[in-house]
Amino acid sequence: MLGVAAAAVLALPLAAPVYHVLLMLPFMAYAVILLGLNLLFGYTGLVSFGHALFMGIGAYTGAVLTTHFGVRSLELILLTAAALGALVAAPVGALCVRYVKIYFSMLTLAFGMLFYTFLLKFYRLTGGDEGIRVLRPSLLGFDLEALAKIDYLAGPYYYYSLGVLALAALVMWRIVHSAFGLCLRSIRDNPAKAEALGISIARYRWYAFVISAVYAAAGGALLGPPTGNVDPTLAYWTHSGNIVFMTLLGGFASFFGPVLGAFVFIFLQDTVMSVVPYWRLVFGALLAFLVIFAPGGLMGLFAGRRPGEVSRV
Amino acid sequence: MILRAEGVRMFYGDFCALDGVSLAVNAGEFVSIIGPNGAGKSTLINVLTGALRPSAGTIRFKERDISGIGPVRLARLGMARSFQLVQIFPDLTVLETLQVAVVSRLNRGSRLFGGLSRDREVQEGALAIAELFGLAGKAHTPSKHLPQGDKKLLDVASAFGLYPEIILLDEPTSGVSTRDKHAIMEILVSASRQLGIKSIIQVEHDMDIVFGYSDRIIALHQGRVLAGGTPDEIKANEEVVNTVVGRRTVTPDGGG
Repeated sequence: MLGVAAAAVLALPLAAPVYHVLLMLPFMAYAVILLGLNLLFGYTGLVSFGHALFMGIGAYTGAVLTTHFGVRSLELILLTAAALGALVAAPVGALCVRYVKIYFSMLTLAFGMLFYTFLLKFYRLTGGDEGIRVLRPSLLGFDLEALAKIDYLAGPYYYYSLGVLALAALVMWRIVHSAFGLCLRSIRDNPAKAEALGISIARYRWYAFVISAVYAAAGGALLGPPTGNVDPTLAYWTHSGNIVFMTLLGGFASFFGPVLGAFVFIFLQDTVMSVVPYWRLVFGALLAFLVIFAPGGLMGLFAGRRPGEVSRV
Repeated sequence: MILRAEGVRMFYGDFCALDGVSLAVNAGEFVSIIGPNGAGKSTLINVLTGALRPSAGTIRFKERDISGIGPVRLARLGMARSFQLVQIFPDLTVLETLQVAVVSRLNRGSRLFGGLSRDREVQEGALAIAELFGLAGKAHTPSKHLPQGDKKLLDVASAFGLYPEIILLDEPTSGVSTRDKHAIMEILVSASRQLGIKSIIQVEHDMDIVFGYSDRIIALHQGRVLAGGTPDEIKANEEVVNTVVGRRTVTPDGGG
């Protein structure tokens, strides 16, 4: 199954229309973000409504570095975005993980709103509501300015994003299958029991929060170059809501569920928008349907069962 | 002397739950705490395990003050507990549950990338506990699908997986059929012997279990120690029989 998907994604730029190849770019960026978000959501049992904060940090890192600092290397942009994501997530997470359930979600939402306002008001650095341009990054040291934009995005940038996604998935796979990953699941299932077994819940929740922020920032940095522009809507709370929606759509109980969710979301949104202008109406109905009839998401439908986690989130 | 409480008093507002409790547990002892509902047993367990800081008095574990230190540091120091209401990780399998304990004991929870399935020490440690408690056949069953008796057993087994020096069991056989109670106790006692656990303290309502397994019994009544002694001494103590033992036959279960 995974092999077929990998082969399809590798061959896509050769066979599919450019339009669909370009739609894959935000999908791959979101897939990275969602792998991180689900460490917090599916594996630790904490729902963040503030991860637009970290996507915004990542996206703006790419914009500021390319336009203000003349840094064009995407490797450097990704590493800086990840480092800044971790730097901001460390204190924010330390505070947020002291709370659980709705209080955790609301606190992350609050920090997200703070950052959104910062982006809007600090005009000189952030460009205010118009945002800033993202200049074309170089990939692995190759300056690709000579290529037409479409060829750059549908060729080298596509495979670069795919490489980042593959690496991110591999690292996350190892994290969730490590001793640390097991500790997170024990905390999700029963915090009091985990503590009685000597597991420090605040510490592990904090680790998970910082790791998920690093993923969100790195994925956020990948969102910028395809559009060539970043603006504060990237950091707006509805963007946080979108990634939670993607996670629910794909199914948070499975490792690849959120990745599938991102894929379906991006392509469904595109399809619906081309038919009716009210895509939010359709997606709202879809979300309601999911929560009531398929809380396990698409992966849950494939597996033919309702995950037991649902009632707890 | 491994655990010692001195002059422990605990107030909830005006209500005095513990009124000057002193007790000591030696290495190698199996001690049962008994008492009617409201005697202060649960409060005492929570104070002894550092979950609650007493209003007055001291708790010393291996000569170290553990008042209110919380569960994580307590587990590190070598004291484990199980709960009156069974506590499991619903979506973890039996083996995974025991692995949590072994990972905690070996302090490997911060290993972010090492594959757990290739960590032989954790795998074998968890399997050894599963075998000791007769749960090896259900190693890959999700905990939520276990029958009630096995859930109880798993709760206790995971606490044993910490290899504590002392273990506090809050009603280890509550909610379990009479037939299973003795089986659980037999497993518990033999497992603690094999793992080198020095002392067991239990809160228990079933007097058959209390008299059958304890080296020493401490009877609690209205927040005070009413009497302490061997099972025979307690059986001969009319005051204890009237206030604690006799009453149990009328109300066979409930919280303490």
